[in-house]
Amino acid sequence: MKKTIITVVGKDTVGIIAKVCTYLAENQINILDISQTIVQGFFNMMMIVDTSSCPKSFGDMADEMKAVGEEIGVVIKCQKEEIFDMMHRI
Amino acid sequence: MINLYEVTETNQMVEKENLDVRTITLGISLLDCIDSDLDRLCGKIYNKIYDAAKDLVSTGEEISKEIGIPIVNKRISVTPIAMIGGAACRTVEDFAKIAKTLDEVATKVGVNFIGGYSALVSKGMTPADELLIRSIPLALSTTGRVCSSVNLGSTRTGINMDAVKLMGEIIKETAEYTKEDDSLGCAKLVVFCNAPDDNPFMAGAFHGVTEADKIINVGVSGPGVVKTALEQVRGESFEVLCETIKKTAFKVTRVGQLVAKEASARLKVPFGIVDLSLAPTPAIGDSVADILCEIGLEYAGAPGTTAALALLNDQVKKGGVMASSYVGGLSGAFIPVSEDQGMIDAVQAGALTLEKLEAMTCVCSVGLDMIAIPGDTKATTISGIIADEMAIGMVNQKTTAVRVIPVVGKGVGEMVEFGGLLGYAPIMPVNPFGCDAFVNRGGRIPAPIHSFKN
Repeated sequence: MKKTIITVVGKDTVGIIAKVCTYLAENQINILDISQTIVQGFFNMMMIVDTSSCPKSFGDMADEMKAVGEEIGVVIKCQKEEIFDMMHRI
Repeated sequence: MINLYEVTETNQMVEKENLDVRTITLGISLLDCIDSDLDRLCGKIYNKIYDAAKDLVSTGEEISKEIGIPIVNKRISVTPIAMIGGAACRTVEDFAKIAKTLDEVATKVGVNFIGGYSALVSKGMTPADELLIRSIPLALSTTGRVCSSVNLGSTRTGINMDAVKLMGEIIKETAEYTKEDDSLGCAKLVVFCNAPDDNPFMAGAFHGVTEADKIINVGVSGPGVVKTALEQVRGESFEVLCETIKKTAFKVTRVGQLVAKEASARLKVPFGIVDLSLAPTPAIGDSVADILCEIGLEYAGAPGTTAALALLNDQVKKGGVMASSYVGGLSGAFIPVSEDQGMIDAVQAGALTLEKLEAMTCVCSVGLDMIAIPGDTKATTISGIIADEMAIGMVNQKTTAVRVIPVVGKGVGEMVEFGGLLGYAPIMPVNPFGCDAFVNRGGRIPAPIHSFKN
């Protein structure tokens, strides 16, 4: 399993999760976990997804997700899980 | 599983606190390029470096994108050129031709610096070593990306005072050769005591003869991350302070370890070391001096600075050592002046002098770094500054270095602008009293008694 962490940060609006999930479904990316909060009107979401079946390269996927974010006015970042594992787990 | 808090913390470090991997440095041995014909030698050097490093920049960018951490520089270090060019070079121009070759291949593969235009002369100089040293002003003034370093002493061998004297003159000459650019050549020239073989940071990086054919060394950074972490523990005891630095250093170094392993696997080059240094940049909030202020000083240079720096340096190492399988290079807190906004402010406020900086080098990771001094400083005075710094390194069994820039045509208080990562600096006053008779004695200073550990 190739796990990727997707973070979405920006002003809260209708349909953020719908947009992101639509993109993920279209690209055979499976969602393993979602956590989300609103801090002072700011939307803050983290998803852990499995990209093993995604036909696209990591770079392309990250660029496209970023573009999806720009459409709805939020910042979307994709990062491999390893970086967080390295930093926060011994 | 990873939680939202941890993810936010990491991304905050990158976006707000300037966390980055400062450099991936690919070390390449040129020993198998040695040839008695200069053109053939340059051809072999070009080809070997090109083949080894052609994918370095793209690989670095790929890793950076995947983990979401900037990798600022991709660089190359090579075997000290004095050893490689000895058989082929008869004049300073011959050596400068090798420098040109290094510059060309560095430009071709897209790295911003290539280190290793170096000589290791801690005990004595071969004719090739001396020739290379004498070619440094020409080499640095006719190339853009080549960095040069000279090792002048070590705890095991003592200090080569003939070479110290010569380097005082060479630094002056390099300043003169590059006077149109605020003597920028000197920013790419550093002298060492106890130079490490695996340092990934410029200007002092070279690929030591003890190393494998190729090696990946990574330098991390993150003064801003440490500073922000310390803001949360204002007024707490030293125990809490030290624990906080250690934990932060651990996290920062883990990033370096991951990048080093990934780069090593993708380039099929063995992983050498992670250099767990706190390396500042001129960007606001990316300053080691700001950490010292956060520890409790009004300015870097105030009484207490040496103790605060000693504590910081030690905790960074303690936190970082467990985070990486191999630690090496310079590892510790860098204190360059021109590359650190907090240090520049301290100099301008009159809080920080050359003498205080010298004291700080006893406990920091390296030495007197990126310090602009008046252009009319005598060569023997520069040699005296170097000798002092080498003595600190020799006696304390640590790496020390000197990178001073005697800026031609400028005096105390004026500003010099080096640009980019090299930053800008106010020119600092130098002690006006002479040391000519000391420097002109010739010979070498014997190794200290505690070097005999056999």
